[in-house]
Amino acid sequence: MGNPMKIRAASKDGVTEVKVLISHEMETGQRKDSAGAVVPAWWIKELTAKHNDKIVLTSEIGSSVSKNPYLAFKFKGGAKGDKIVVTWVDNKGDTRTDEAAIA
Amino acid sequence: MNNQRRNVLKTGSGAALLSVLASAGIIAPGMALAEWNKAAFDAKSMADTLKALGAGAPADSKDVQVTGPDIAENGAVVPVGVTSTLPNVTMVAILIEKNPSALAASFNLPAGTEANVQTRVKMGQTSNVYALVKSDGKFFMANKEIKVTLGGCGG
Repeated sequence: MGNPMKIRAASKDGVTEVKVLISHEMETGQRKDSAGAVVPAWWIKELTAKHNDKIVLTSEIGSSVSKNPYLAFKFKGGAKGDKIVVTWVDNKGDTRTDEAAIA
Repeated sequence: MNNQRRNVLKTGSGAALLSVLASAGIIAPGMALAEWNKAAFDAKSMADTLKALGAGAPADSKDVQVTGPDIAENGAVVPVGVTSTLPNVTMVAILIEKNPSALAASFNLPAGTEANVQTRVKMGQTSNVYALVKSDGKFFMANKEIKVTLGGCGG
């Protein structure tokens, strides 16, 4: 399930900026451990962000995104108190959804 | 505690889990099942990646900007952003030329979402970082060289 995401969303002049910090290993599958065995790849493949029920961003992600991925984006609209919901799915089929209110 | 949900999460395979979530309305159907572009992420070279994304040979554009440091001390965490002033941008992608697979991430932007995305990527070595932007159905590109003093991929 992973740890909770940190989501910050702030609305200013009709534009909402969303910042997401995800807790995930993002293993590339190219690294070897101390015994020389390849560490299996494990990374977030897809991410969806919604403002209330409207999708504001979808993303396909590769293993070259950093460990504990950070993502920031902006969309028009959004008012204080509106809900931002972010969902990710990794290559093992694990998924997590967190939400935050626009500040 | 909702035990049923626990079990679903434990035993569900990826696809089954997604369909369960979709039917539960947690993830909108269609969105969750959008095909992850394996060909594009598996592609080794820039040209293959662009082809897999359906971009062909994008034109260079001054209206696309790659933001990032000139020198990244730690290749494991390189902040990279893409901004564009082009109209009707529906897709933004970040490509790193010399990484084992060039494509780092692609973002689909519905109407209303600005062409302004920031994230952090891993870089194995000094490389050009490309921003690919789809505007009005056409592809545009810009690049920036980021020097890496310590690689971020394995080693």
